[in-house]
Amino acid sequence: MSTSTTSAPPPGTRQPPSGKAPPRRGRRPARTGWRRALRRDWQLYSLAVLPLLFFLVFRYLPMLGNVIAFRRFEPGGSIFGEQWVGLRYVEMFLSDPTFWQVFRNTLWLGGLTLVFCFPIPIVLALLLNEVRRRALKRFVQSVSYLPHFLSIVIVAGITLQMLATDGAINHVLGWFGHDPIRFIQEPEWFRTVYVGSEIWQTAGWGTILYLAALTTIDEDLYEAARIDGANRWQQIWHVTLPGIRPTMITLLILNIGTFMAVGFEKVLLLYNPLTYPTADVISTYLYRAGVESNSFSYAAAIGLFEAIIGLVLITSANHLSRRTVGTSLW
Amino acid sequence: MVKPSRSYRVFQGVNGVVLTLVVIVTLYPFANIIARSFSSERQIRAGEVTLWPKGFNLTTYKIVFQDSMFWRNYGNTVLYTAVATTVAMVLTTCYAYVLSKKHLKGRGVLVGVAVFTMFFTGGLIPNYVLVTSLGLKNSVWAIALPNAISVFNLLVMKAFFESLPTELEEAAQIDGLSTYGILLRIVLPLSKAVVATMVLFYSVSFWNSWFSAFLYMDKSELMPVTVYLRNLISGATTGGNAGAADAQLSQVGANIQAVTIVLTSLPILCVYPFVQRYFVSGVMLGAVKG
Repeated sequence: MSTSTTSAPPPGTRQPPSGKAPPRRGRRPARTGWRRALRRDWQLYSLAVLPLLFFLVFRYLPMLGNVIAFRRFEPGGSIFGEQWVGLRYVEMFLSDPTFWQVFRNTLWLGGLTLVFCFPIPIVLALLLNEVRRRALKRFVQSVSYLPHFLSIVIVAGITLQMLATDGAINHVLGWFGHDPIRFIQEPEWFRTVYVGSEIWQTAGWGTILYLAALTTIDEDLYEAARIDGANRWQQIWHVTLPGIRPTMITLLILNIGTFMAVGFEKVLLLYNPLTYPTADVISTYLYRAGVESNSFSYAAAIGLFEAIIGLVLITSANHLSRRTVGTSLW
Repeated sequence: MVKPSRSYRVFQGVNGVVLTLVVIVTLYPFANIIARSFSSERQIRAGEVTLWPKGFNLTTYKIVFQDSMFWRNYGNTVLYTAVATTVAMVLTTCYAYVLSKKHLKGRGVLVGVAVFTMFFTGGLIPNYVLVTSLGLKNSVWAIALPNAISVFNLLVMKAFFESLPTELEEAAQIDGLSTYGILLRIVLPLSKAVVATMVLFYSVSFWNSWFSAFLYMDKSELMPVTVYLRNLISGATTGGNAGAADAQLSQVGANIQAVTIVLTSLPILCVYPFVQRYFVSGVMLGAVKG
C-alpha cells in the first residue's frame, strides 16, 4: 500500500485527519528534552551512528593525530606518538634549507595559479555570455568542461605526452625552426607547465558558477544602462561585473584558502628529481619525508604548519572581504 | 529590439574566433593522444603524429590487451569503484536524511560536525598513520572508508531531501511505517534523480582516484588502472636515468602510454555526454545551499 502512495504524484493531496495528529511536528515546543527526543526519534539517530563514526575516526582522529608533530612517533606504536619532544621537529624544519626552498616554490606556484587560474574563468564566462546562439554556447561549454572529468593521472599523462620532445608543442616549435625543448626535464619550465595544464583542466569548469550568477542579473539594469548611453564595454563594467562580484569574492576566498595546498597530486605526477628545484612544494616534500623516509613526526610538523597557514589565510581573506565589500563565506 | 552596432558585430566575430580557439585547445590533446595510440612508434618518435594516426597499426593495443597486469588493474578499478561507491552512498544517504529532518534535536551539531571538516582536515601524515595502524593497507577498505562521505555531496543530498513534501512522510507515518520504512519505501523511490546523480559523482571520483591506492597498496596486482598508468608515466619522466635524462630513453613506450590513457578514460568519455548536465546542476545546488 505504501507503493501506491509513492506513485501518486501530487503531494499534499492526502491531508492527515486533523483530529488525531501523530507526534506533533507542526508546532514544536520551544525546548524538547533529550530523553523525549531520543524516544521519539531514536530511529533517526540510529541512522546517524555509522556516519558519525566515520567523521570521528577518519576526520577528527587525524586532527588529533597531529600531536605527533610534538611527540616522537615510532612505526607500529600509538598513532599519537610515544613521548613529548616539544618543538624539536618544528625547529628541525625551520632550520632545514630544503624546507625554505619548497616553501618558496609553494608561494610561487600558489601565486601563479591564483593570478592565472582565477581570472580566466571570469573572462571565459563573459565571452560565453555574449554568444547568442544557444546551441553554440552549449557546445563550447560541454567541450570546456571535459578535462575536469578526467583523472588527474590522465591529465598528467596527456600533459607529458604533449610536451615530450616528439610531442605536439615541440612539433609546433619545429615549424618556427626552434629546437625541441625538454619541458619535463628543465626546472625553469616547470612553473609554466604546471600553470598551463592547470588552466587547461580547470578553466571551463570554473565558468559554471559565473554563468549561473550572470543569469540572475536583472535585464532592466542593462536597459537602464543603455538608456543612459552606456556602450557594450560600459555595460560590462558597470552592470555585469558588479553583478557577479559576490561569486567572484567567494571563489577568491576559497582559492586563497587552498593557496598553500597547491595541486599536490599534480605536482607529484609531473615532477621528477631534475625539476625538484622549482617543482618541489611543501606537500610533496612532506610526502617524501613522511611516507617514503618514515620521518612521520617531522613530516607531521610540516603538515601542521601548512594547515595553519591555510587556515589563517582563509579566515583573514574572509574577514577582509566582509569588512571591505560585505560578502563573506561565514 | 535595438539593432546591433557595427563595433558589436566586430566583437561578436572576434568572440567567435576566441571561443573556437578554446575548443581547439581543449580538444586537440585528446585527438593527438588518440592518433598516437594508433600510430607506429617510429613515426611518433619522428614527431610526425598530429591529428591523424601515421603508420596506422593496432600493435600497441594488442600489447596492452595481452598484458594480464593491465586487465587485473582494470578489474581492480571496477571493483574498488563499486565497493567504495556503495559504502559512500549508504553512509551519505543515511546522514543526509537525518540532517534533512528540521525538527530533530541536535541537528545543528550534526551539521556542524560535517561542515567543519570542509575547512580543517587532519593532513596527510596523521591520515596515513591512522589507516596503516588500523590494518587497512592492501585492502579495498583503505580506499573506501576514509573517503566514505563527501561533505559537498552530503549537502546536495540534504537540500534535495528537504525539498520533498513533508505531508507525504506524515501520511506514511499514519499508515504505520517506521522511519526506516519511510526512508526505503517513500523517500528513496522519490529521490531517484538525486540518488542517480550522487552515484555518478562518487563513481566518477573513485574511478579517477589514484592517490589512496598509491599510498596504501603495496603489491602491483592490487593497484587500480590509474596507478598502472602513473607508473608508466613516472617510468617515462624519470626512467631511472635522472642524471642522464636522455631524451630518447625517456620516450620509450610513448604509444603504450597513449593507449593506456585512451583505455582508462574511455568509460568516462562514454558516459560524459549523459552525466555532464547532472554534474553542472549538482554544482549549482551545492553552491546555493552549501
